[in-house]
Amino acid sequence: MSGREAILNKVRAAIGASPDDTARARIVKKRLAKPPLGVIPARGQLPEKDRIALFCQMAAKVSASVERVKKPGDVPKAVAAYLRSRNLPASVRMGVDERLEAMSWKSLKSLEVKHGPADADDEVGVSHAVAGVAETGTVVLHSGAANPTTVNFLPEHHIVVVDAKDIAGDLETAFAGIRQTFGKGMMPRTVNLVTGPSRSGDIQQKLLLGAHGPRALHLIVVDGG
Amino acid sequence: MQITSPAFKENSRQALSDAQLQKALGNVRSGFIDKRQNSIDALPEFDALRDSARAIKDHTLAHLDLYLESYEEKVKKAGGYVHWAETAADARNIILEICRSAGARTVTKGKSMITEEIGLNEFLEKEGVRPVETDLGEYIIQLRGEHPSHIIAPAVHLTQEQVEADFRRVHDHLPVARDLSEPESLLAEARRVLRYRYFQADVGITGANFLVAETGSSIIVTNEGNGDLTQILPRVHVVVASIEKILPTLEDVGQILRVLARSATGQDMSVYTTVSTGPRRPGDPDGPEEYHVVLVDNGRSSMLGTEFQDMLRCIRCGACMNHCPVYHAVGGHAYGWVYPGPMGAVLTPSLVGVEKAGHLPNASTFCGRCESVCPMRIPLPKMMRHWREREFSRGLNPATQRYGLRAWAMVAKRPKLYRFATSIGIPLLSFFKGRKGSFHYLPLAGGWTRHRELPAPEGRTFMQQWRDRDVRKQEAVA
Repeated sequence: MSGREAILNKVRAAIGASPDDTARARIVKKRLAKPPLGVIPARGQLPEKDRIALFCQMAAKVSASVERVKKPGDVPKAVAAYLRSRNLPASVRMGVDERLEAMSWKSLKSLEVKHGPADADDEVGVSHAVAGVAETGTVVLHSGAANPTTVNFLPEHHIVVVDAKDIAGDLETAFAGIRQTFGKGMMPRTVNLVTGPSRSGDIQQKLLLGAHGPRALHLIVVDGG
Repeated sequence: MQITSPAFKENSRQALSDAQLQKALGNVRSGFIDKRQNSIDALPEFDALRDSARAIKDHTLAHLDLYLESYEEKVKKAGGYVHWAETAADARNIILEICRSAGARTVTKGKSMITEEIGLNEFLEKEGVRPVETDLGEYIIQLRGEHPSHIIAPAVHLTQEQVEADFRRVHDHLPVARDLSEPESLLAEARRVLRYRYFQADVGITGANFLVAETGSSIIVTNEGNGDLTQILPRVHVVVASIEKILPTLEDVGQILRVLARSATGQDMSVYTTVSTGPRRPGDPDGPEEYHVVLVDNGRSSMLGTEFQDMLRCIRCGACMNHCPVYHAVGGHAYGWVYPGPMGAVLTPSLVGVEKAGHLPNASTFCGRCESVCPMRIPLPKMMRHWREREFSRGLNPATQRYGLRAWAMVAKRPKLYRFATSIGIPLLSFFKGRKGSFHYLPLAGGWTRHRELPAPEGRTFMQQWRDRDVRKQEAVA
């Protein structure tokens, strides 16, 4: 008997179920098809303006830096200003996300834009989030041909652009958005929910930023995005 | 790993007189408790979420076979492989086989308690595959040849000075004169050293906080980002997860995430919650080319349908040990196996047998703090009691204790005899109490009086005092 059959048989015996119990199968099928929503905290259930403000506030609380710009075209300038303010080299790594591609990076002559997955020497990565979650100040990113996951983790600084209209009150709304993009029950290889920069408390319980992932997380919220 | 749970008493004695350990344990007592409370105070729905989380797990466990089957189907559909391991040995062999076919010489590892449970590191090393722990705490204890003393803060038993000494000993290629006096410099050094290990590894092994039946995804919840580098840089990603990690849908994940980080570290949400499904897709510029899940039973199915089933709701947040006076006093290593604290006191006897781990459910004051902070509302004290009952009914505890308990039960079940005995004993103890009103020494109670004084009775039994109170009341009415 295979490990699979042995485990499933033991589980069935323990809960007193038979493999051809259609009533139980119906319950499971129904729940997978129509998941109940559960308890959604009131905290994030706000009108749009307050929701965006809460997102910025929660993100700042977990040590992300946040700025708001009026339109997508303002993003490259904001990125360049961030690099200058932190004394970083004028070079960023990003995928080929169409929302980032549509921005006028070329107008900034001194800024080098490298495309493709990140390598160990990249200091700054730029990504576009598919959603934000106001309840916790979280950004939601997913992998794909245009969005390498390494950009989210290897560089010391991670800049994430998020459109204000994509900021949801709660996690469930963000999950629903992914379902809509990929189809029910289907997922991209990786979905990253990122809440603040990397940290560790493993040495004497003292919280330090910049463990293995980015030391700094900078969020650019695009109001007219 | 070797089980030293049978030596719990000796381990505890050593722990109590270990000054370094006691200093480090001060961080547990001060750190976790306030942070958790603050984050919960800021979320009015916390208790409702706990109820919701408990109901989700109970539902899932009642349909575990079906959710596992749905999950497997989804993983396969996404291009991943599912392996089923009945025992720890099966799991080790499956993982070794995956490493061998990938030609792996080095594997990086994200923090995972299940791989501790199955003794993966020792095994891989013996078979010529080098495992490198990448979580900072896990990395530190791997350098020391130790095991985690806490399920979410594996190096909580160490002081900064000890970590500095280990880094100087092991990172001997770095300048001796470098400054490592601050935790920041220690973290930066670990980051640099490990950075190149991620690229060197052929296989990355992570655990899973959740598996999702709806999508065939595995989810890890971390703060450092090491788990992510571990799974996106090597060619092969192996997820090791026990069967009870499964949840039906993403909505269920949302419910439990809200109680997990708050209970563990007092964060509203951990920094990285990563949902992984299958290997990299056509066109993806990075990510692993192979994705394997090893589903481990190793004793879980034997807990289903028993008085210990509720333990399978555990999400490994560590709140029970963070609030446990026994854990605060002796730390995690004294428990002698992978899982310390109250959750370990229940789980360890289930997984390794009560004959080896019988001391653990006895190492409790039954103060009930563990149950009161458990996000999954697991009745930990009740289950420790069940283990004590089993231990007693199987005749595993020492003869003196058994006869003592029998004698006590014989008297306690006969009220007249009990009252007679106490009406002699209480005045007698009161007579000998001396001026201080307590005993430094008492025959048959040496286990108590060796460590603290025993307060002496005032001279009259409870029943006598109660009768007097009634009499006084009647007189007052009259």
